[in-house]
Amino acid sequence: MTVLRNMLNWLHERLEWDDLIAPLLKKTVPRHRLSYWYFLGGITLFLFMIQVATGILLLLYYRPGSNEAFESVQYLMTQVQFGWLIRSIHSWSANLMIFTAFAHMFSVLFLKAYRKPRELTWISGVILLGLVMGFGFSGYLLPWNTLAFFATKVGTEIAGQVPLIGRPIMIFLRGGEEVTGATLTRFFGFHVAVLPAIVTLLIGVHLLFVQRQGMSVPPSVEKEWEANPSAIRETKFFPNFALRELMAWYVGLGILGVLAAMFPWNLGVKADLFASAPAGIKPEWYFLFMFQALKLLPSKVWFIDGEVLGILFFGLVGLLWLLLPFLENDRSARSKQWITGLSIFALAFVITMSVYGYVAK
Amino acid sequence: MHLKCSETKAAIGELVMASSDSGMAKTGCPSATPIPRRGFVEMLLGGGFLATAAAFVYPVMRYFVPPKTADLGGDSVVAAKVGELKPNSGKIFRFGSRPGLLILTAGGEYKAMSAVCTHLSCTVQYRPEMGEVWCACHNGTYGLDGRNISGPPPRPLQAFDVQVRGDEIFVTRRREG
Repeated sequence: MTVLRNMLNWLHERLEWDDLIAPLLKKTVPRHRLSYWYFLGGITLFLFMIQVATGILLLLYYRPGSNEAFESVQYLMTQVQFGWLIRSIHSWSANLMIFTAFAHMFSVLFLKAYRKPRELTWISGVILLGLVMGFGFSGYLLPWNTLAFFATKVGTEIAGQVPLIGRPIMIFLRGGEEVTGATLTRFFGFHVAVLPAIVTLLIGVHLLFVQRQGMSVPPSVEKEWEANPSAIRETKFFPNFALRELMAWYVGLGILGVLAAMFPWNLGVKADLFASAPAGIKPEWYFLFMFQALKLLPSKVWFIDGEVLGILFFGLVGLLWLLLPFLENDRSARSKQWITGLSIFALAFVITMSVYGYVAK
Repeated sequence: MHLKCSETKAAIGELVMASSDSGMAKTGCPSATPIPRRGFVEMLLGGGFLATAAAFVYPVMRYFVPPKTADLGGDSVVAAKVGELKPNSGKIFRFGSRPGLLILTAGGEYKAMSAVCTHLSCTVQYRPEMGEVWCACHNGTYGLDGRNISGPPPRPLQAFDVQVRGDEIFVTRRREG
């Protein structure tokens, strides 16, 4: 202990960080009955850090390429000690991260934390969610199994349906006209270099915004506090909030460990470019609502392909979602109700379609 | 004399920017131009940077686009041997870079078509119990002639010609027109 203290003192003598950490020590966060919803963003960050760590470990054995990818993952899972566990943690953590990111988004939505001045935080968050789904989509192909092959085929084909720019995007994503080993090489590049760089940068920006603006107080609590200023409660970020957050991470780690160890992730069957799509094929759960909605569309609506219509619809919804903070008028109570109603509808739509997609044949 | 004149102009660069004509007149330089010197330099510099950026961006954009690969399949391929398929069954065969579907109907007739679903490019399969072609991805069905019957597929599967020569079954792309 004294050695550690001496080392700290030695460093402090040279770097003098008092003025750097002073604002952090002074930082407070609002404390109220809904505070726990504010842990979701932190847990998502924690799971991202786990993804980086386990991803680096997987890189030690993974080999991209249509002749090697599946075999290298198979080797990792059967020969390498604890290889199955590392891969299982990576897969489970990815799924949990997408879940907590969605939960974080909806909690921000319902607690109205996107309001002025936090519009940019919302926008950076929605972009991050899209990028995280991109992580899921690109990582899913890397083991080069049948399910992944067809998921990528369909997913990139959907991108290709977008009028005008679709086709060049599809060819760019696939590295050619078809999904082949070239696609695997590209997706590997996106997954381990392009996306991590952009996401890390954007997380930094997202956190910087949160840091500058402080934590949002939900409107219901805000109203109570305005009526009764003596009810205002704040808590110190260090150590109170940080330690609580850390406990939440610890619980998250426990859940992740149990899931990864008890339900190891399957590898499936190696992709065969000249085999029929297997019966019962479905995308990952986080794409299921879009998959099911597209499945329900008829082949032609008026003169447009049903698919194109669906894609344009989801594209438009995505754009509106991104610009949501600007749709809420500060003065009118109606626009606020309208947005809450829309959020409830969106959540209900996503859940219903996901469940329907899960049970449908 | 000339050099001295340009020096003077450089020194009053700011002034020239602010009031172009009167500033020029005061220096009495014969080569006074209507373009302010600072603006000209900025344009040159900005243009240079833009050109540099373009020199980086253009090759990278081209690099993104993969080279076109030749479809090595040609117009005809041996899809199977006679006797390989039982009646009322199907087989995926390789036709160039894409899969094709060969079916031997219950009636003993060979049918061939593209196996790439016209909906979202999944690979279709023959379902003996339905007597139809089915896509597992989004539940689309086609008839034995490739016609889209139900589900999301917007167009029929491209039908191919089948010829039996000796013990080999040849599948040929139909010539348009």
